[in-house]
Amino acid sequence: MAEPTRRDFLYIATGAAAVVGVGSVAWPLVSQMNPDASTLALASTEVDVSSIAEDSILTVKWRGKPVFVRHRTAKEIQEAQSVATASLIDPQSDQDRVKQSTLAGKARPEWLVVIGVCTHLGCVPLGHQGDYDGWFCPCHGSQYDPSGRVRRGPAPKNLEVPTYAFTADTKLTIG
Amino acid sequence: MSGPSTYVPKSALGRWFESRLPIGGLIHSSFVVYPTPKNLNYFWAFGGILSLMLVAQIITGVVLAMHYTPEATMAFSSVENIMRNVNYGWLLRYLHANGASMFFFAVYVHIFRGMFYGSYKAPREVLWILGVIIFLLMMATAFMGYVLPWGQMSFWGATVITNLFSALPGIGEPIVTWLWGGYSVDNPTLNRFFALHYLLPFMIVGVVILHVWALHVTGQNNPAGVEVKSVERDTVPFTPYATIKDAFAMVVFLILYSWFVFYVPNYLGDADNYIVANPLVTPAHIVPEWYFLPFYAILRSIPSKLGGVIAMFGSIAILAFLPWLDTSKIRSGRFRPLFQIFFFGFVIAAMGLGYLGSKPPEGAYVIAGRLLSVYYFAYFLVILPLLGLFETPRTLPATIADDVLAKGGSAILAGAAQAPSTKG
Repeated sequence: MAEPTRRDFLYIATGAAAVVGVGSVAWPLVSQMNPDASTLALASTEVDVSSIAEDSILTVKWRGKPVFVRHRTAKEIQEAQSVATASLIDPQSDQDRVKQSTLAGKARPEWLVVIGVCTHLGCVPLGHQGDYDGWFCPCHGSQYDPSGRVRRGPAPKNLEVPTYAFTADTKLTIG
Repeated sequence: MSGPSTYVPKSALGRWFESRLPIGGLIHSSFVVYPTPKNLNYFWAFGGILSLMLVAQIITGVVLAMHYTPEATMAFSSVENIMRNVNYGWLLRYLHANGASMFFFAVYVHIFRGMFYGSYKAPREVLWILGVIIFLLMMATAFMGYVLPWGQMSFWGATVITNLFSALPGIGEPIVTWLWGGYSVDNPTLNRFFALHYLLPFMIVGVVILHVWALHVTGQNNPAGVEVKSVERDTVPFTPYATIKDAFAMVVFLILYSWFVFYVPNYLGDADNYIVANPLVTPAHIVPEWYFLPFYAILRSIPSKLGGVIAMFGSIAILAFLPWLDTSKIRSGRFRPLFQIFFFGFVIAAMGLGYLGSKPPEGAYVIAGRLLSVYYFAYFLVILPLLGLFETPRTLPATIADDVLAKGGSAILAGAAQAPSTKG
């Protein structure tokens, strides 16, 4: 095999520069479409829950999405807890869904906090509707129970539970 | 089909220019002396009509962009400002909005024409696939354009359609966030949709040039589906024959277009889109524009999120494979008695899906949607592959000239070669 020539060196160096160059320009072009710093900064929202009467739902906006804060009745909690978890589309116990609803170590299962976006195609479900009196999505007919768990498709998953915490008796911080 | 141009400009300046950039010869060979089959019917006018609509959409769109504000708090009112205050703004916006509908109406006629007369068969497979790409680009452009007025249907249509990508396992959610530029459809989404809505039509122009180029390499198909054997006997020059016929068809088409624009400009739209976008309230009944309804019905027919999304995209992608799914050697449906029945069944199924897409997804509508979706896919995957093996076609005319003469010229031109063809 012949000695590498100056031409071989230029060939490889130019090719390497082209590969690195394309890669380093392609990534910023893709990344610029992701949420920018100002969008990421809107991370948390404070809610005063004292105005939410039992058996009613407050809708608040968090990161541009609706969040439902539902003040559940004792009957709803009891029913949600007694469902056979394994029979659900997306099995999850009610206790698991409200485990963040605590204040000073005391559970508050009457407060359910879920993102108000149907897990099918993103519509906002309507509260106190459907066969389970939880939520009903008007777009494609998905139904959720008062725990925000999907009970009838096409939605594949339960309503998402955001990160939240009660910082005082009536003060809820989402995000 | 066409040899090297023999075009020689008449003026000295024209000859000077032609020897430096032979654009006159290109136009002359493509649109003047270009041989077109003698037997083309009015279904062949829709290519020209589509070119006209593309130009009309670009012109009205560019001037609308001079008055529109792509910002979430101002977009809706800037559209109302166009309607009320901009000189002839109402006309330009109604032309553009209804133009999209007319564009899709024409493209569906054009696609069904190709499917009936077998225009996708060899040697026109690449021509056909380029058409499918144009159709996809049109759908993307129309979808993003519908988001720009930032009404309730704009917002929720954008939410539902972008959420289709969340069905992809694992990478779905990051892709949706990336498409939105946030955690919901919002100002960044509107901005990028506007940029892309302005860009895509020019990409369509690019693919249309390739489409016309591919057409001029293979030559046009024709209602008999037999290839041109003699340019002398089987064809007429593009100008004046096809030019005048296309121009007349365009004028008739413009009458229909004008009727919508001037008499029922909002008939094809949705009243909810005159309510400004509200991220906290979903309209009771989300429906896409009419031209997406059949695909929307297929999406809703499948009781699984990922399955529905795959079926919907698959229903469009399957068109690209049509040249290889249809096993029959006969191009034109005129000579395929069984194919005709299944083809018109397909047209009815597609229209039925369109009707069902506008209805709420419950009860009998869901069952009907599933049956028609099954027929839609069976047409491509079962009926066409098998039909070519079992069907006995009618006798083809030997040449295009024979086909024309068999239809009415035989009395005049007695003695001309007659093909034993029956009327299809």
